[in-house]
Amino acid sequence: MAAPMTLLLIVAVTIRAVLYRSGVADLVSERVEVVSPLTAWKRVVEGLALLDLGVSPYSGDVFHETPLIIYLFHFLVDYAEITFMLADVITAVALYMAVKDYNKQVFRKQKYALEADRYPLDCLELIRSPGEMYYIPLKVAMCYLLNPFTVLSCVAKSTCGLNNAVIALFILSTVKGNMLLSAIFLSLATYQSIYPLTLSAAALLYLIFWWFVAQYAFMYLGSLLVLVGLSFFLLGFWDYLPSVYGFILSVPDLTPNIGLFWDFFAEMFEHFRLFFLCVFQINVFFYTLPLSIKLKEHPVFLIFMQLAVISIFKSYPTVGDISLYLAFLPVWSHLHRFLRNIFLVSCVLLACSALFPVLWHLWIYAGSANSNFYYAITLLFNVAQILLVSDYFYAFLRREHHLSYGLYLKRKDGSEATLVLK
Amino acid sequence: MGLLSDPNRRRALIGLLTRLNAPICVVCYMAGVAWFMGLAFEPFTLRTYMSENAMGSTMVEERFPAGERALATGREFAAHKKKTGGMPVDWLVKTMQSRGLEVFTQRFSRRLPFPDEDKERYMVKGTNVYGILRAPRAPRTEALVLSAPCTAGDHNNQAVGLLLGLAQYFRNQVYWAKDIIFLVNEHDLIGMQAWLEGYHHTNTTGMDWSPLQGRGGSIQAALSLELSSDVVTSLDLVLEGLNGQLPNLDLANLFYAFCQKIGVLCTTQGKLQRNDWDSVSGYSHAVQTMMLMAMKQASGRPWGDHGLFLRYHIEAATIKGINSFRQYKTDATTVGRLLEGMYRKLNNLLERLHQSYFFYLMSSLSHFVSIGYYMPAFGLLGVILLLRALDLWVQLASPPPRTEDGVVDAEQVSSPGVLSVLTPLAVVLTAIAVYTLLPPATRARVFYCNPVCDVRRVSLCLLKAADGSGHGAGLEGAEAGGRALPGRAAGLHRAHQLLPGLHPGSHAGARGRLRHAQRAKVTRLQRLGDRCGSVRSLTSRSSSPPRRVLSAFVLVVLSPACTLLFSVFFFQELQEMPVSFLDGWMLYLSVISQGILDHALYGSLVYPLVALLVYPCWLLFWNILFWK
Repeated sequence: MAAPMTLLLIVAVTIRAVLYRSGVADLVSERVEVVSPLTAWKRVVEGLALLDLGVSPYSGDVFHETPLIIYLFHFLVDYAEITFMLADVITAVALYMAVKDYNKQVFRKQKYALEADRYPLDCLELIRSPGEMYYIPLKVAMCYLLNPFTVLSCVAKSTCGLNNAVIALFILSTVKGNMLLSAIFLSLATYQSIYPLTLSAAALLYLIFWWFVAQYAFMYLGSLLVLVGLSFFLLGFWDYLPSVYGFILSVPDLTPNIGLFWDFFAEMFEHFRLFFLCVFQINVFFYTLPLSIKLKEHPVFLIFMQLAVISIFKSYPTVGDISLYLAFLPVWSHLHRFLRNIFLVSCVLLACSALFPVLWHLWIYAGSANSNFYYAITLLFNVAQILLVSDYFYAFLRREHHLSYGLYLKRKDGSEATLVLK
Repeated sequence: MGLLSDPNRRRALIGLLTRLNAPICVVCYMAGVAWFMGLAFEPFTLRTYMSENAMGSTMVEERFPAGERALATGREFAAHKKKTGGMPVDWLVKTMQSRGLEVFTQRFSRRLPFPDEDKERYMVKGTNVYGILRAPRAPRTEALVLSAPCTAGDHNNQAVGLLLGLAQYFRNQVYWAKDIIFLVNEHDLIGMQAWLEGYHHTNTTGMDWSPLQGRGGSIQAALSLELSSDVVTSLDLVLEGLNGQLPNLDLANLFYAFCQKIGVLCTTQGKLQRNDWDSVSGYSHAVQTMMLMAMKQASGRPWGDHGLFLRYHIEAATIKGINSFRQYKTDATTVGRLLEGMYRKLNNLLERLHQSYFFYLMSSLSHFVSIGYYMPAFGLLGVILLLRALDLWVQLASPPPRTEDGVVDAEQVSSPGVLSVLTPLAVVLTAIAVYTLLPPATRARVFYCNPVCDVRRVSLCLLKAADGSGHGAGLEGAEAGGRALPGRAAGLHRAHQLLPGLHPGSHAGARGRLRHAQRAKVTRLQRLGDRCGSVRSLTSRSSSPPRRVLSAFVLVVLSPACTLLFSVFFFQELQEMPVSFLDGWMLYLSVISQGILDHALYGSLVYPLVALLVYPCWLLFWNILFWK
């Protein structure tokens, strides 16, 4: 498997390197779909310039990266392109290894269950064979590296790629069962953009005893504290807290993006703002508890669901966030027979992706459309994402149900039964 | 969610959609076409009305008196033009200065990628002259433009005369709150492009021009004037700009309102309005007008000098004076009063025109259909694609039919491998990418050498490919012949000519003034529908040789090149200027070259669209039809 993986990495890096050298890079780095106020490279450069002048980079209300990022690029600014390509490669390799490990676990679990005769007889066609699972890790890496969304995000030098790398490393260390690294990477991801906090639910599901949970919490909080403290000592001010986390939570920048916030808050009366801000932000955190109760046996699926929820409901989403959870789709390829709306959803997602630039052009350049056109497409895009995720959720639960009750369900009177999601 | 989550209802719905797929598609297609044709029926359309408050209720009085003097100026201009053999720059500067304008000039030069046969130009050098009338009543933050092209020969002298006359008259009025820029541009659109780029500090097309020395405020609206006779019988309003963009409907409303007020006959697409909408001829008249508008938009080229303004978010239109054999004539004074009225109303604008529609089709100057009414027609045509795809999807998902001994049907085994699908695709795409990325000069030179031969060769090749149906990839082979594979069909010895030849030919498809229009979109969708059909027949493997020949014939007829050819004839038919086949053929060739030229000069998108999207799609379907 090493050879195809190497080939894949070479192809992916070549594509990116070629695109960096072409005119596409400038074009893409201005697109609101690809960069948000949080992740734009232009703003990093601005922050670096302010830092070099001895001014706090947060003083101008332009820069909203965390202090670690700015110090990272303080040294790496000349190698930025390589850094971003490397981040993508790290993400892909981490996902590859994590999925490989996860598949091994799944297979082992399935073997035990088979030996214990726990599956109904008619479920044999649901059993997964090692043959079909063999290529899944490679597909995951390919799905991430060659996804146009990832490529665009990398070419635009959106720092979203770095966040993805951190999250992927967190997933890897969690799946491998390394508690310390898992806690450190989770705190790093939280430090970067708050929302990955909800992924801790999945990490905790891996731990069995309360004592371990307490340990994990301690390591997590400790490393978070270290990061926050380190940022303070690097900069010497606390003003990055409101400028990064306040900016994420209170959404003052209403530049259009592919998320749900901007048009809604641009149109709203000021005195409702706080209330709806809470309503919108709570969405990211709200589903964590019910999902982790429902999926307590399947932490990796929970991670997938959480990543999707974050990328839909976060305040400044970009296509880079979407590409991270899309990379997991090959892992659930065995669910395809239970998916119901995949055709419709993929049509809508494709159509929306094509319509984003068109409507942007009509609105901003031609002046013949207005923000409602663009927001309508945003809404449709998000509805499609939600349908996609809920479809996978439904399919996953249904497969589990079949695995315990048999594939051909009968009602009490002997007639054929159907499962209905209500 | 009930519909999407209840499995029984879903199954019923999908069963219905797959079982009745063909009839539903036919019904959708008919309904779409019927809907579109119905749009021209007057009771279904809205009357135009002025949405912009600042232009609606305010009264203006037109007093422009000096039509005769303007015509005299025009004659003087003509004399000077003849004397200098081009644009009489010095005379224009002097005249404008004497009328109290701030006058500036801008020189520009542009080498066309290949000689333009229609207008007989290759190295273009020229000068734009413009004078700015500074607004006495307001800070100079906004401007209006009145332009008249200086064309070779005897054309358009009256327009320049009227422009100068209006400048003199406007100079003496005190109510102007926006700068008014009087622009005389040379070499029509090329000059206009240079001036607009200079004004906005952009350079999108790599043209050489000297920077502008004087500027007004941001331009709110522009009118371009074309008058070639002392008296006119009617005025024609041209709205279609670059890439089919339209100005705000209020600009058309304004023109129409003043024509009504002053009593000038006005037309759009050169067609007068008729009152007998309930008669067949009245209805077909409206359909023709609407079709013409749609086709002009689909052609993607600017149909008047105003067309490039739209790219800069400036509402603009061209007003053409038409002199036909009617009794009733309008003199230059009246036209001047009309323009004065329009400029005074535009002068009242508080913000850019934005109240009215930007997407509309007009079946006459007083009736329009907005995007909300014509999109359902396209929706109905587009849903066919979705239904066909759904059908294929369901077929893919359902288990393959099993024969009695439980062996999977042999079809499954013979399904083409990934490689055989990807190879032709890759070849086509690379060929097209390489070709499109070639510098236009090379492309054009090859094409220009002998377009006729090339295009004929292409059609020959197409026919050959169609005949030898078993020989499938004839076209593919020919195309590839130019690249690497051993030549097939006509390929080998003139491979390098063949490849570029193919291009413009089909490419033309969307090309230029392709006059495709809605109609083209309709055709294209229809074509896609057909393609889906052929994919389907492929998957079901039921296509017998005669059916294949039939499909091949349909595909050839629907190829971008043929579609373009039909569109050319159809367009001429709509304009009531039918052409003979030979003339049509020449027109077709010039349409192709104009299309490439429009892309190179102004950035019209039709050429890349056809070269990169429609044409590869078509090739792919051809390929699917014939692979073994």
